[in-house]
Amino acid sequence: MTSTDLIVIGGGLVGTAIAYGAASKGARVTVLDEGDDAFRASRGNFGLVWVQGKGFGMAPYARWTMDSARLWPQLRDALRDETGIDVQLKQPGGFHLCFSEQDMEARQQRLQSIRDALHGDYPFVMMAHRGLVQRLPGIGPTVAGASYTPMDGHANPLKLLRALHTACRQRGVRILSGHGAQTILPEQGGFTVHAGEGGKARFSAPRVVLAAGLGNRELAAQVGLHAPVAPNRGQVLIGERVTHCLDYPTTYVRQTDEGTIQLGDSMEDVGFDDGTTVDVLSHIAQRGVRSFPALAGLKLVRAWGALRVMSPDGFPIYQESPGYPGAFVTTCHSGVTLAAAHALRVAPWVAGGDRPQGIDGFAGDRFLNPNQTFNHAH
Amino acid sequence: MPTDRLFQRIAEPAGSAGADTVTIEFNGAPLQVPAQCSVAAALLASGVTRFRNSPVSGEPRAPYCMMGVCFECLMEIDGQPSRQSCLVTVREGMRVRTQDGARTLPLPPAVEAGRTEEVEHG
Repeated sequence: MTSTDLIVIGGGLVGTAIAYGAASKGARVTVLDEGDDAFRASRGNFGLVWVQGKGFGMAPYARWTMDSARLWPQLRDALRDETGIDVQLKQPGGFHLCFSEQDMEARQQRLQSIRDALHGDYPFVMMAHRGLVQRLPGIGPTVAGASYTPMDGHANPLKLLRALHTACRQRGVRILSGHGAQTILPEQGGFTVHAGEGGKARFSAPRVVLAAGLGNRELAAQVGLHAPVAPNRGQVLIGERVTHCLDYPTTYVRQTDEGTIQLGDSMEDVGFDDGTTVDVLSHIAQRGVRSFPALAGLKLVRAWGALRVMSPDGFPIYQESPGYPGAFVTTCHSGVTLAAAHALRVAPWVAGGDRPQGIDGFAGDRFLNPNQTFNHAH
Repeated sequence: MPTDRLFQRIAEPAGSAGADTVTIEFNGAPLQVPAQCSVAAALLASGVTRFRNSPVSGEPRAPYCMMGVCFECLMEIDGQPSRQSCLVTVREGMRVRTQDGARTLPLPPAVEAGRTEEVEHG
């Protein structure tokens, strides 16, 4: 039996950000990770540090996301100082391209609604084609315009994951792969987690955090928590590396620090299937070429699907178990954007500090209301 | 430039009369290479060891998988950059160039005046 202050179940971006933050506060932490046969959202995501459009109908999520984007440079600096890894955070602002006047109108209304809910603290501008071409010189003739916020950016998600793992290890966190959690037993003064093949490995701690992505659904029920997450597939196209040509990230197309062009943003509810389909990839490619016609000459090198960890309303779940204090669930579909909030806000909480401000509305219990229906398509 | 050959063809293709070769243009100079194989195989058999430079590190690169997966063998072939030379059959008169760094897409340059509004919100 291994005993530490905190067990984090899940070694992805959410789990390691929390483990890193907790270890920075002096906690002794064990991270129990599955193997490479798990659905690893942290290895398949798009890499945006994205604010605009998020929190429509739920102002606390917009604030939480903005807060994380503001904290991101602090996380970037800490990881660079501790590990030497530059996760390539760039926050020049970002664009969401629209292809018709109706798109522009809907986008304007959506962002204005969030701005109103935040009492004006939400900078954005709508730019028609003529103005936009000054900022994004390569846009195609059928781009009607775009929304821009200075809050958006992007990072290298694989470097972020590596930096978090490295920083965790350097701070003494034990990260064990091949140790998927099977059972969580609440006991006197804490929890025992049975992990790995046959649940033979045992770990105990007074506190346990569920950061197991789609695995949270089953695990949460064992400690009196409710986390009805389900997979939502996104497909991504990866182009060859080209010399720097895109100054800003957009929702559908971005260029990584090493020159790779990524195209994406699809949403499908297709269960536990992380494959790719020709029709969705064609749509992604066509939209990319409509956005930036020069991409028609781009050679593609890879395509993949990955599963978002989606709650019924699309917003995160953060909650400490009312029945078993010391057990927490943390889950979201924006592990990159929210990495800073997780390391700097959520981690101190699960390590024993106060609950961060502004997350009261994210308890998983909200989904227990039988009279309410939820929709994550926003 | 070609050096000592690291690779040799173990047998001539069936039906070919002896050592079939073609002459290609490699980095502007004529080079006689084996025929009836991929550009990558032909160049390896001719002692070429640097096919491109990595756009990230600048290191020299050469084919690794020879089956279209690793993208290490990218070259400019007949004026087209980033071709996978292991998937293209070599041909008489073909113009092949090593590829230095990343190719450039024909996107117009950024307008500097438009960048003054950039906000660093750290």
